[in-house]
Amino acid sequence: MSVSDGRTSREPAPASPPGGHFDAASGERLHPAAREAWLAAVEQGWADPARLHHEARRARLLLDAARESVAGAIGARPDETSFTASGTQAVHLGLLGLGHGARDGRAVHVVPSAVEHSAVLHAAEHLARTAGATVSTVPVDRSGRVDPQSYAGQVAVAGAPVVAALQHANHEVGTVQPVAEVSAICREHGVPLLVDAAQTVGRLPVPAGWDVLAASAHKWGGPAGVGVLAVRKGVRWRSPLPADEREAGRVAGFENVPAVVAAAAALEAVTREASTEGPRLSALVDRLRAEVPRRVPDVQVVGDPVQRLPHLVTFSLLYVDGEAVVTELDRAGFAVSSGSSCTSSTLRPSHVLEAMGVLTHGNVRVSLGRGTTAAEVEAFLDLLPGLVERLRHASGAVGL
Amino acid sequence: MTEDAGEVEVAVTVDATGLRCPQPVIELARRIDGVPVGSVVALLADDEAARLDVPAWCEMRGHAYLGEPTPATFHVRRTH
Repeated sequence: MSVSDGRTSREPAPASPPGGHFDAASGERLHPAAREAWLAAVEQGWADPARLHHEARRARLLLDAARESVAGAIGARPDETSFTASGTQAVHLGLLGLGHGARDGRAVHVVPSAVEHSAVLHAAEHLARTAGATVSTVPVDRSGRVDPQSYAGQVAVAGAPVVAALQHANHEVGTVQPVAEVSAICREHGVPLLVDAAQTVGRLPVPAGWDVLAASAHKWGGPAGVGVLAVRKGVRWRSPLPADEREAGRVAGFENVPAVVAAAAALEAVTREASTEGPRLSALVDRLRAEVPRRVPDVQVVGDPVQRLPHLVTFSLLYVDGEAVVTELDRAGFAVSSGSSCTSSTLRPSHVLEAMGVLTHGNVRVSLGRGTTAAEVEAFLDLLPGLVERLRHASGAVGL
Repeated sequence: MTEDAGEVEVAVTVDATGLRCPQPVIELARRIDGVPVGSVVALLADDEAARLDVPAWCEMRGHAYLGEPTPATFHVRRTH
């Protein structure tokens, strides 16, 4: 065994597994630029950025630079931009803060789309339970897209201040939403709009027109544990939590400066790479969208074929248990996720697939990452037909 | 199209109660060809996914989904 690569003979390099990691929408691999920035920042930025001594000022400078960089990438001012502990926390604080910021402390009417991330829907439920809010969801069409006119109908509610929420792109099926149109309608009615851009920051230009924006660093190749909450100046937002001076009063607690610095470095890198990486992954997704239904019988490819995330495609396999296909693909080295829940009687099928009115079982979400190669996609396409046939055979679903 | 589901005469009842997805849809697919074209299969299925997957299957296969006249009972008309 060679030791020239710095490994000892007792620690052989792990064999590169066949297959591919096709679950970037759950979490993208840490970008090398993030690792490098983090290592430097734990040395330079460990102190409390709220203090006045020189180590503290050094941490503050790093934090300020990261904030300026991330703010630039999302089209915000630095003083509008705060770091949270996750994308979920950003969404929770974002929506609850809009609910609590309503004029005269009145109970709000919350209008999210039916296909929002569960973090948005849970925050809306929380406002209903704890602050007397009412909630009505905006339906989507078969591709998973909202009709802006449906928002027009639902935000024009008399008697209660209204708060609206719309994702930039759907996390399960990849459909990009008409944020600009919905934003214009909300503005016309004086309704603040929360935009959940967790799936798009670093991959697609952030649309203008948000009043509150939420994002998540580990989805763009930053570390876990960093989210972004941006609140547009002048928007009626009030923290739902006890007072704290950090992060412009929007997020409590000592910032994780090294992780924030790493998140900003990753975002700078992926934003630079997006003009080549986006089209490359999008072409691979086009190939999957065309070839999966050609090679595998009885497949429903879901989500908009054009107005979509560059790196994500979802399909449902008739007569197949979604968890079983995830497990079998994993055994073959491919990591994917599924919106199906056939195994547990306590779990409901994906609310996104339900709202779209498409098949919910046998669901497979393929989301390609920075390292995904064309060869991996071809290997997946070669593997899938036989794998699905075996699963259908095992459950007696042959010739149906 | 959803027809008036209350009035139909059921040719065969398929009991998939207690089965998890995708088994209820597989049972429906197995039995549909056993009834004459134009007649109705009633599928009993208490799996949450059936409410979504039975109409989706009908659309994929071109059969007519008649609705859920009573909870966890789904009516499908064989059309071809």
